[in-house]
Amino acid sequence: MSNDHGHHKETFISKYIFSMDHKMISKQFLITGIIMGVIGVAMSILFRLQLAWPDSSFPILEWLFGEKWAPEGRLDSGFYMGLVTIHGTIMVFYVLTAGLSGTFSNLLIPLQVGARDMASPFMNMLSYWFFFLSSVVLMSSMFVETGPASGGWTVYPPLSALEKAMPGSGLGMTLWLTAIILFIVSALLGGINYIATVLNMRTKGMSMNRLPLTIWAFLLTAILGLLSFPVLLGGGLLLMFDRLAGTSFYLSDIFLGGGVGALEQTGGSPILFQHLFWFLGHPEVYIIIMPALGITSEVIAVNARKPIFGYTAMIISLMGISVLSFLVWGHHMFITGMNPLLGTVFLIMTLIIAVPSAVKTFNYLATLWRGSIRFTNGMMFAIGLVSLFITGGLTGLFLGNAALDITLHDTYFVVAHFHLVMGSSAIMGMMAGIYHWYPRMFGRMMNKTLGYIHFWLTFVSAYLVFFPMHFQGLAGVPRRYYSFNILPEFAPWLDVNVFITLAAILGGVAQIIFLYNFFSSIFVGEKSVQNPWEANTLEWTAPVEHIHGNWEGEIPTVYRWPYDYSRPDADSDFIPQNVPDTGSSEEVYVSPTKPDTSDAKEVEEKDNVMLFALIKNWFGLGRA
Amino acid sequence: MEAAVHMETHRDKKGKMHPKQFALMLMIIGMVMLFAGLTSAFIVRKAEGNWFNFELPAQFVASTVAVVVSSATMILAFYHAKRDNIKITQISLAVTFLAGLSFVLFQYEGFMDLAGRGIYFSPDNGSEGGMVSGSFIIALVALHLLHLVGGLVFVAIVFIKSLLLKVHKKNTLSISMCNTYWHFVGILWMYLYLFLYFAPQL
Repeated sequence: MSNDHGHHKETFISKYIFSMDHKMISKQFLITGIIMGVIGVAMSILFRLQLAWPDSSFPILEWLFGEKWAPEGRLDSGFYMGLVTIHGTIMVFYVLTAGLSGTFSNLLIPLQVGARDMASPFMNMLSYWFFFLSSVVLMSSMFVETGPASGGWTVYPPLSALEKAMPGSGLGMTLWLTAIILFIVSALLGGINYIATVLNMRTKGMSMNRLPLTIWAFLLTAILGLLSFPVLLGGGLLLMFDRLAGTSFYLSDIFLGGGVGALEQTGGSPILFQHLFWFLGHPEVYIIIMPALGITSEVIAVNARKPIFGYTAMIISLMGISVLSFLVWGHHMFITGMNPLLGTVFLIMTLIIAVPSAVKTFNYLATLWRGSIRFTNGMMFAIGLVSLFITGGLTGLFLGNAALDITLHDTYFVVAHFHLVMGSSAIMGMMAGIYHWYPRMFGRMMNKTLGYIHFWLTFVSAYLVFFPMHFQGLAGVPRRYYSFNILPEFAPWLDVNVFITLAAILGGVAQIIFLYNFFSSIFVGEKSVQNPWEANTLEWTAPVEHIHGNWEGEIPTVYRWPYDYSRPDADSDFIPQNVPDTGSSEEVYVSPTKPDTSDAKEVEEKDNVMLFALIKNWFGLGRA
Repeated sequence: MEAAVHMETHRDKKGKMHPKQFALMLMIIGMVMLFAGLTSAFIVRKAEGNWFNFELPAQFVASTVAVVVSSATMILAFYHAKRDNIKITQISLAVTFLAGLSFVLFQYEGFMDLAGRGIYFSPDNGSEGGMVSGSFIIALVALHLLHLVGGLVFVAIVFIKSLLLKVHKKNTLSISMCNTYWHFVGILWMYLYLFLYFAPQL
C-alpha cells in the first residue's frame, strides 16, 4: 500500500463522513461512543432516581418521556425495565466494545505496527457505518409505541421470544435484535481487519515479540470477537425466527392468560438460548477489558519511565485469559439446573482465570514500583483501572463459586461485581487512552487540571456507587426491581439507595467536565509537540498533522522492543523503537523474547513463523 | 494500494498471502463458528429428548454431487488461471456456476420433499413436522444455502472478469479468493450433510 492517497483531493464527505482513513474512523467510533455513553449514563441516573425516591415525582421525567412512560413525573415500571435494558446494552456493546476497541484498535494498530492503513480500509469504513446504523436502530426503539426491549440486556426468552409477553417484547425487541445483528456485522468486519493488519502488515523489524502490549491486547480481543460473535449471531437468528417465523427454538409449554390459552409453539428450550448467549457473553467481558488492559500497560510503562514488568508474562496472561474465557460461560447459568459435575468444571475454570488476571495486576504494580512516575491524566486513569480491576476481580471469586452464586445470583452483589471489574475499570482504561492519545488524535493537549478533577470525581464516585451494592446483594436485595417500598425487609436499604443515587449524579457531573474538556480542547487546547509523553512506540514518530498514509516517505524500521525506558547505558530515558541499536555490548533491559540481534532484517527472517518463534523463545529453545 | 488495484496476486514473491485473502480466511473462521454454534445447539436440544428423527430428502444427495463437481471445476479454473489458459478457466468457471445453480435447485426440491412429508420450518399445529427438529434442519440447510448463493455471486463476478480477460497469472487474487470460499461452502455442506445424516445416532 503506498501513500499516494495523500495526493488525492478529498471532499468533505470523503474526509469526514465516508472516510477510509483509520485515524478518522477511530474518531468516528470515539465520538459515536461518547454520544452513546452520554445516553447510557443519563439513563442510569434517571432510573436511579426511581430507586432512591420511589414515591416522588420528578417533572423532568415527564418532560423527557411524556405522560405515557412517566405519568406524573414517576417512571412507568415497564419503561424502568426498558431503561435498565437499553442502559446495559449501550454500555456493554456500544460504549465499551465499539467505543473502546473500535476507537483504539483503529487508531493504534496501523500506527503502532507501522502500516499505512488497515488491510482493507473499505471494510473498515463499512465497520463504522454498520455500527452507526446499529446505534440508530437501537435508539429508534425508544420511540416505538410499545417501548424499547425491556427483558434485560441478556434478552432471555421467553420474554424476548414471545411478542405478546409484555409491551417491551414487541417491536422494541425486534429492533433490539436487528441492532445487535448489525452490531455483530460491524464487530466482525472490524475484527477481521485488525487481525489481518497485525499479522500481515507490520513494518520491517516489527516482529511479534516487539509489538507493544496494546497491539497484543487488540489482536487477542479481535480473535475473541471473531470466535464468539458468530455464535451470538446464530442464537439471535434463532430468536428472530421464533419471533417472526413462528418457530419454537426457545419456546415451550407456555400458557397465555387473557383467554389466549396454550401457546402453539412447543418443543423449544429457553436454556438453549442462555448457552448460545453466554458463549459470546463471557468472552464479551474480556473483549471489553482486554483493550483497556493493553492501554493501561502502555500508559503505565510510559509514565513510570520503566520497561513494562514481565512483557512475556503479560502476553501469556492475555492468551490464557483468551482461551479460558471460552470455557467458563456456564458460571452465568449455575442456577439453571445444571449437572453439578458440569457446574464444578465451570467453577474450576472460572477460578483459574484469576491467575492470569492476577499476573497482570502484579505486573502493573511491579512496573510502578520505584518508577519515576509522571502523574499525567492518562496515568491517573490507568492506575484507577488497576484499583477497580482488583476490587471488582476479588468478588469474582465469590460469584465463580457455584454454591455461593446460588445465593448471590441476580442480587446487587452481581451488579457491583461487574460494574467494578469490567464496567468502571474499562471506562478508566478508555479514559486513560483518550487522555494519552488525544494529542495523537487531535494534535492538541487536553486541560490537565480539568483532567484531574474529572479523574478524582469519577474514581471516587465509582467506589461510592458500587461498593455499597455488595452489602445490598449480600442482604439479598434483588437486581432489576422497580421499587422496594412494598417489601419491608428491604426498607433499611432505601437510604443506601439514596446515597448511591447521589454518588451516581456526582459521577455524571464529572463526565460533563470531561465532555467540556474533550470538545473545547479540539479547538483551544495547547498545541501538542511531536512526542509529548516521550514514548517509544511508532505512532509518535508520525507527523502531528494527519496525513493519509501516516508517514511521509518510508515507514520507519523497528530495531527494538517498545519498552526501552531509563536504560542506564543511554543518554535519554527513552529510546523510540525506530532508533537503531548502536551496538552497545551490555544489554541492561531487554525483552525476554527479544532475539539476540540488532539487525532488523535478520529479525524479520528469524520470525517468519512468528508465533512459533515467540513460543520457542518463551521456552528458551532459541537460546543455545 | 499499488497499481495493483487491478493486478493483484494471491501471494507475493516471497509467498506471503495477500491481506485480503487472509481476511477471507478469517471470515471463514467466523462462519465456521456460526455453524459450530448452531450444530452444538442442535446437539444440546436433541439431548433434552422429545425429538423427532426423519430421513433427509434424497435430493440432498444430488446436491452433494453437484457441490463436489463444482469444487472440482473450480480447482481446474484456478489451476489454469495460474497458467494463463484463459479459455479453460472461463469454461471451468461457467461449469462451476452451473453446478452451483443445480445445487440450489436440488436444495429447493429437497425443501419441497420435506414439506410434502409435513416437515415445515414453523410448527403446524401438532403435526409431526411441527417438531423443532424440522425447524433446526431447515434453518441449518437454509443458512448454508444463503452462504452458497453468496458464493455463486462471487463465481459469477469472477467469471465475468475472466471474460474481460482480467483473470490471468498476474491477477489471481479474485479467483484465488473465490476458489477458497467456494471450497469452504462445499466442505461446509459435506459437514452439514454428514452431521444431519448421522444425527439420529448422536
